[in-house]
Amino acid sequence: MVKNEPLLRADGVGKEFFGVTALSNVDFELLAGEIHALVGENGAGKSTLIKILTGAYRRDRGRVCLDGVAVDPADVKDAQALGIGTVYQEVNLLPNLTVAENLFLGREPKRFGLTDRREANRRSREILDQYGLDIDVAALLGTYSVAVRQIVAIARAVDISGKVLILDEPTASLDAAEVSRLFAILQSLKGRGLGVVFITHFFDQVYRIADRVTILRNGHKVATRPLAGLDRLELVSLMLGRELKAEEEQRAEPPDLATKPVVASFKGLSKRGRIAPFDLEMRAGEVVGVAGLLGAGRTESAELMFGIHQPDHGTIEVDGKPASFSSPRDAISRGFGFCPEDRKQDGIIDDLSVRENIILALQARRGWAKPLSRKEQEAIADRYIAALDIRTSDREKPIKFLSGGNQQKVILARWLATDPRLLILDEPTRGIDVGAHAEIIRLIGELRERGMSLLVISSELEEIVAYATRVRVLADRRHVGELPAGEITADAIMRAIAASENHGAGEAAGQAAAGTRESVA
Amino acid sequence: MTSSRLFSLATTFLIFILAYALCIAQFPNMLSTRVIGNLLTDNAFLGIAAVGMTFVILSGGIDLSIGSVIAFTGVFLAVAMGDWGVPPLLAIVLLLAITTVFGAVMGAMIHYLAMPPFIVTLAGMFFARGIAFLISIDSVPIKAGLYDTLHGLYFRMPGGGRLTFIGMAMLAVFLAGILIAHFTSFGRNVYAIGGNRQSAELMGVPIARTTVMIYALSSFLAGLAGIAFSLYTSAGYSLAAVGVELDAIAAVVIGGTLLTGGSGYVAGTLLGILIMGLIQTYIVFDGTLSSWWTKIVIGLLLFAFIALQRGLVWLSARRSGASAAIPA
Repeated sequence: MVKNEPLLRADGVGKEFFGVTALSNVDFELLAGEIHALVGENGAGKSTLIKILTGAYRRDRGRVCLDGVAVDPADVKDAQALGIGTVYQEVNLLPNLTVAENLFLGREPKRFGLTDRREANRRSREILDQYGLDIDVAALLGTYSVAVRQIVAIARAVDISGKVLILDEPTASLDAAEVSRLFAILQSLKGRGLGVVFITHFFDQVYRIADRVTILRNGHKVATRPLAGLDRLELVSLMLGRELKAEEEQRAEPPDLATKPVVASFKGLSKRGRIAPFDLEMRAGEVVGVAGLLGAGRTESAELMFGIHQPDHGTIEVDGKPASFSSPRDAISRGFGFCPEDRKQDGIIDDLSVRENIILALQARRGWAKPLSRKEQEAIADRYIAALDIRTSDREKPIKFLSGGNQQKVILARWLATDPRLLILDEPTRGIDVGAHAEIIRLIGELRERGMSLLVISSELEEIVAYATRVRVLADRRHVGELPAGEITADAIMRAIAASENHGAGEAAGQAAAGTRESVA
Repeated sequence: MTSSRLFSLATTFLIFILAYALCIAQFPNMLSTRVIGNLLTDNAFLGIAAVGMTFVILSGGIDLSIGSVIAFTGVFLAVAMGDWGVPPLLAIVLLLAITTVFGAVMGAMIHYLAMPPFIVTLAGMFFARGIAFLISIDSVPIKAGLYDTLHGLYFRMPGGGRLTFIGMAMLAVFLAGILIAHFTSFGRNVYAIGGNRQSAELMGVPIARTTVMIYALSSFLAGLAGIAFSLYTSAGYSLAAVGVELDAIAAVVIGGTLLTGGSGYVAGTLLGILIMGLIQTYIVFDGTLSSWWTKIVIGLLLFAFIALQRGLVWLSARRSGASAAIPA
């Protein structure tokens, strides 16, 4: 079935945005009748590569050939006409039009110059029949489940393009039965000789459906491998960019937690579609590292703990007394703090000064009726600018002029000013330079020694090893394991992630993680 | 099924039937072809303009320039046919060309400058009204053979009611609007853009061309509405038709079209127009009520419809939200 001449071939593709390299010299090839998985962490360049192939972006360098002919799609429509169809994860078709209208938008069958609805409906039924979908095509698409919409989107893409089908995380919001149905469809398309590119974060699915996998990291291609014979641990290490090392990078002084008071305990917290029930007890003077691949449910857990989203089930206790957070305000009033992952979007307020950004959370906690005087504000701002070594010429400088690392410190200062007892940091070192990186890690250690309880989410394994007193491992929107103080190494974390993605079925890796599973729902 | 979409329309229809039945119960004379004929004639210009507004709102936009374009039309026609001596037919063709280009320019600004339609058409509203004043600040009577001929064109319905030329014109425009909305690619594209602009673009809908065409259509119909208005009043006046755009928006919303775009029917707008006209007729029949009661009832109706729409949107969001979730 699989021919040797690639259906789609990209050679040395490169793309820059404002001088920042998003994709560098990436080769990619897709055979007819092949399902090719594309994996990589956030920022690895997956979506940039996809957008170049589908005409949403123009490449800066390199060649793309389809059926051996060089192509350069100018836009999405162009790529569709060439034979490359895409199904996006979220932005997908139009729920306010009927199923048939969605299938034929832009190419409606005509009769006497007017659109022929009956013909469109008839042909839609024929098309969907091939996918085993027997639905009312005259009904609005929005009345059907995401799984059905996904199939309609695939049907449209295949019907228009018919050579290459690119799926961007198609299974992100499907349940197990729906995923199986989708995979059956992909198998049949593969049998028809289409090439399918499949982007996902779920390793199980990569192994279930794909023939080969290409791994991207930091805009470079790491490898393309047939999945037969590639073990999961190797795949994880290719993705995270670490070689497995035998030596242990042990961290010193595990704190005597038994003597520390429990600040907050979370029992059976869960939210449908976001995170499976988990228990977590946070004690003073500890740093709980949260590790897992993208989409594993790390941020989702933190958001439930901080009241950004309300859990469907579960209880929260602060200082042994029941609490419920209907909004972050409630969490703040109980002494919680949260530095979000995307500081540009959720954290800093661009045009406000460093001082104003620092006092924001403290002022919110006091209520607007009790304003901090200008003098108090300045004192607080100066104290944290000095304490955290925030590099700014002036406390009145708008924060947007500061570097990423210094912005991150301002946000940290904002929460420290409220004197929190529990501080949640989501990717505190993302996008900041090496020097600031080390300072943030040092700060986390200092805060812990002063008795604060910290929960730190990070994708950098070495970083977690450096500051965590225990590590929670997440996979597939579940808390799957915990590494106690003595066992935290980058390798152990990675093995735990790989093993849990394997649902414990792997050999050596599975056993390594099995010993670390304790007290997890 | 398409139940939630049709539900709005059915509600509107039911309200119209109910309201009319109540009116007849109180004033049996309201059940006559005379009343129906007048209902159509009195609201002809508003109805024509509201068809254009329906397309604009279906695409998720808004057009505030309609009233000004109607005033400009009246003044332009009166002065062109009177002072400038332009033959009536030529004046009408010229006028429709001007208003269509005017709308196309607004559409192009909205698309290419990525400006909100509210701001661009607000500018258009001031501009068109200003030009009308520039041409003439007086109420200029229109005396043209063509107008007399058109006034004489009507059907005498059984019972003595007259279906006038502009009443027929409005019905014809509604028919054409329904055809365009539901049986052309352009119509599909309007709904697509109103549903989700980004998705529509990824699905290959020509966003730029469609946006320009939507506003050109709206202004063209505003020009047509202006002609109907000048036939109705036999004059052109730059202070006329102030706030007509808001009446048109009200008719569209009462007709069941979602202000957020992507959902609604042109036929619903006709019902919206008839409901508003009915309220006015009732007040005339009653004789003791102040005409401001029209505004009060329309205001209440709008509140009710917005609440209804919110409820529908909320319901459908909840439904798709539930099916979107995966078991944790």
